Amino acid sequence: MKARILSERQQALDSTIEREFDRAETCQGVERAQLRDLIKGGMRAAWPICIGYIPLGLAFGILAQKAGFDVLDIALMSVVVFAGSSQFIAVAMLSAGAAPVSIILTTFMVNLRHVLMSSALAVYLHSVSRWFLSIFAYGVTDESFAVNMVKFREVGWHPYQALTVNHAANLTWIASTVLGGYGGQFIAAGSFGIDYALSAMFLCLLVFQLRGRIYVLTAIVSGALAIALSLLLPGNSFVVIASVLGATAGFALKRYAQRDRGFYA
Amino acid sequence: MLEAEYILLIVAMGLVTYIPRWFPLFFLSQRRLPQWFIEWLDLIPVAILSSLIFSDLFVTGDPRQLEVLQLKSVVSVPTFLFALKTRSLGGTVMVGMVLFWMSTSFFGG
Repeated sequence: MKARILSERQQALDSTIEREFDRAETCQGVERAQLRDLIKGGMRAAWPICIGYIPLGLAFGILAQKAGFDVLDIALMSVVVFAGSSQFIAVAMLSAGAAPVSIILTTFMVNLRHVLMSSALAVYLHSVSRWFLSIFAYGVTDESFAVNMVKFREVGWHPYQALTVNHAANLTWIASTVLGGYGGQFIAAGSFGIDYALSAMFLCLLVFQLRGRIYVLTAIVSGALAIALSLLLPGNSFVVIASVLGATAGFALKRYAQRDRGFYA
Repeated sequence: MLEAEYILLIVAMGLVTYIPRWFPLFFLSQRRLPQWFIEWLDLIPVAILSSLIFSDLFVTGDPRQLEVLQLKSVVSVPTFLFALKTRSLGGTVMVGMVLFWMSTSFFGG
């Protein structure tokens, strides 16, 4: 009896060790030829993101150039920040003369959603080193997250393929914003509706977020609060305040509705 | 424009962008966030986006004024419907720009 338990324990231990080895192999035992295939696979998944980034990046570059940013300013922002919507917001706020603190705070609030995305991605990235995670984190965007999560759920998506998606998107973004910054000099202000690119992008991102009644309610509450607060408060602090209040109201409503129906989450 | 102040701003923006992306990957790969926090955080993007959009579409001028019917807000209706129907980011940006461009040419901004 005792011997059987012992041998079962031994087996369990063996299989754990085996699994650990498998894990280690998925990230370290990559040969050059295999690496090339992984990068190719990543590129195939990344191209829709890249195509989508080109007009956005160009629009950003042109907008920033019109607002008085030179090509170096634009390149620096795209490399260091790499966050489409925050970059648009930063340019808008900077040209409106907003204080740096409110720009940084808004950027932080806008990108807080990545906490959720990175948490979800972490589930699939147990086997990789913390160095890899630190590099991977740089490229987590709404778009790369969406593509990589779909691929990870399909099983067999390699961390290097996921990293390729992030960096292909990143390089496309940097290149197209810089190109837009150069091209901006030749395009008159207000032409091609470039001024509306930001509004249209946010509208579409909002549509992606409207995944149920509670999201629609949160959007309406936050939007109404933002309008009211923007008329009352100076500067851009209304964005942060309206968002936090709106999300809290939405959360309270959700809990209230659950309690009403007898659910206790 | 590339001054020390601008570089500082960019570095600070980079940090507040990178840390939310990095922190959960680095520390929470094994742990889980409390449920209420996940649910609250889940509502943050929609709250931020609509705060930005509503104030962008319906508030204008300096000092700020409420102006519900303006070119931007009118164009946003077909743009929003297009996004709802196609769920295409690139397509919506293009359609929104073209519609706005056309209406500024018609109505003179």
